[in-house]
Amino acid sequence: MAETTYKTPLLDELEKGAWPSFVKEIKMAAKRSPMANDLLGQLEQSYQEKIGHWKHGGIVGVMGYGGGVIGRYSDLSEKYPGVSHFHTMRINQPAGWFYTSEALRSLCDVWERHGSGLTNMHGSTGDIVFLGTRTEELEPIFEELAKLDFDIGGSGSDLRTPSCCNGMARCEWACYDTMQACYQLTQDFQDELHRPAFPYKFKFKFSGCPNDCVASIARSDMSFIGTWRDDIQMDQSEVKKYVDGGLDIQKDVIDRCPGKCMEWNGKELSIENSFCVKCMHCINVMPKALRPGKDRGCTILIGSKAPIVEGAQLSSVLVPFMKLEPPYTEIKDLIERIWDVWCEEGKNRERVGEFIQRVGLGNFLEAIEVEPVPEMVAHPRENPYVFYEEYYEDDDGEEEEEA
Amino acid sequence: MAKTVEEIADAMFNMVKEAQGQKKLKPMDLTKAMLEIFGDEVDKKLCKAAIKQLVDSGRCVYTYFGGSFLELPHREGAAND
Repeated sequence: MAETTYKTPLLDELEKGAWPSFVKEIKMAAKRSPMANDLLGQLEQSYQEKIGHWKHGGIVGVMGYGGGVIGRYSDLSEKYPGVSHFHTMRINQPAGWFYTSEALRSLCDVWERHGSGLTNMHGSTGDIVFLGTRTEELEPIFEELAKLDFDIGGSGSDLRTPSCCNGMARCEWACYDTMQACYQLTQDFQDELHRPAFPYKFKFKFSGCPNDCVASIARSDMSFIGTWRDDIQMDQSEVKKYVDGGLDIQKDVIDRCPGKCMEWNGKELSIENSFCVKCMHCINVMPKALRPGKDRGCTILIGSKAPIVEGAQLSSVLVPFMKLEPPYTEIKDLIERIWDVWCEEGKNRERVGEFIQRVGLGNFLEAIEVEPVPEMVAHPRENPYVFYEEYYEDDDGEEEEEA
Repeated sequence: MAKTVEEIADAMFNMVKEAQGQKKLKPMDLTKAMLEIFGDEVDKKLCKAAIKQLVDSGRCVYTYFGGSFLELPHREGAAND
């Protein structure tokens, strides 16, 4: 077994402290993997010089697919031959990130045979990330993964690997079956996932409730966030138990309600549900006393992104409420209409949120055949999205007549 | 008369070949060009099938340079042989 052969004083600093250290993990891998060993050497040099030494992008991939492999070569390949090729592979994770231990062992075995052995479980995309392999190993890995019923995920200008919270599998607040929706849309949009045809990337994320554990409102072009449209379910006796147990219901729950829709009279809690903005705060504080309503579905939002070409954006409401149930025909139709318009009119590297800002939500809604509704307005009297053409035309006419 | 997948694939291949080294084309660029050239004889579905055929046959490959493009297979500049 080889030992690490590089002195790494700067990287060693990152092993100190109580938290997990990626350096420690790479050093463990380096005892068996020359790739991981050379990675340490190159990384230390990068830290010393404050310069990255990766050449990124290009042509590498598996036959027929345009995504899932991120090409990476070292520009110091003579000094660090182990990382001469160091491609990343994104593997489509199971919905909700549930694995059997056998599946995990099999994945790791494949990666130790064909790659550096280093993984990232999971990447910010949600995928299983295999870090570091050579071009000639890509097809054999793909073949072995297929035998294990795993597939490569998305990268580039395609549908990125959809991801979801573990929803109904673990969480009592899930308002729809996130895992099934995620799985089904992944299966139905295989072409879009593997064959990049969009102006830029497009992400779905599915959260079962407004707590939004997968942060879909910030990290996906199309966010599916569970919600309800009837009243919050309430058990007054459990509310009283929380209060008797020391909860300051006025300070910790009622005063923090953004909708100001709750009152406590010393004996009973009352909620004006029409003012509830579904923030989940009261439910999170008193989970035994309050639950989401029974008429459940999801809110669909559109447009969030991290700052790449332009600044960061959060998603805004597109469909206030929709029952998200098999066979998902309604939502698939909506998605395809959005893609049609965006692919036709979107500029290169323009995310759908930027596209909507450029053309205006009114025009976008007209193109995708969705009626504007008040829930789309983020800030009354400030939002430029909805333009009441007929209203202005009438006014103009009146002014002309008066003149 | 409607075009076949093969005819569209050939037309797309020629476009990619002519643009190689000068301009990177995205799949949607090719689709739009086909719709412009052949009008009602093609549709987006046919173009999608043509792109699939080009890639599956190995005549074209997907590449990534800040976005995804279709190009002829070539030795990439960054590769360490």
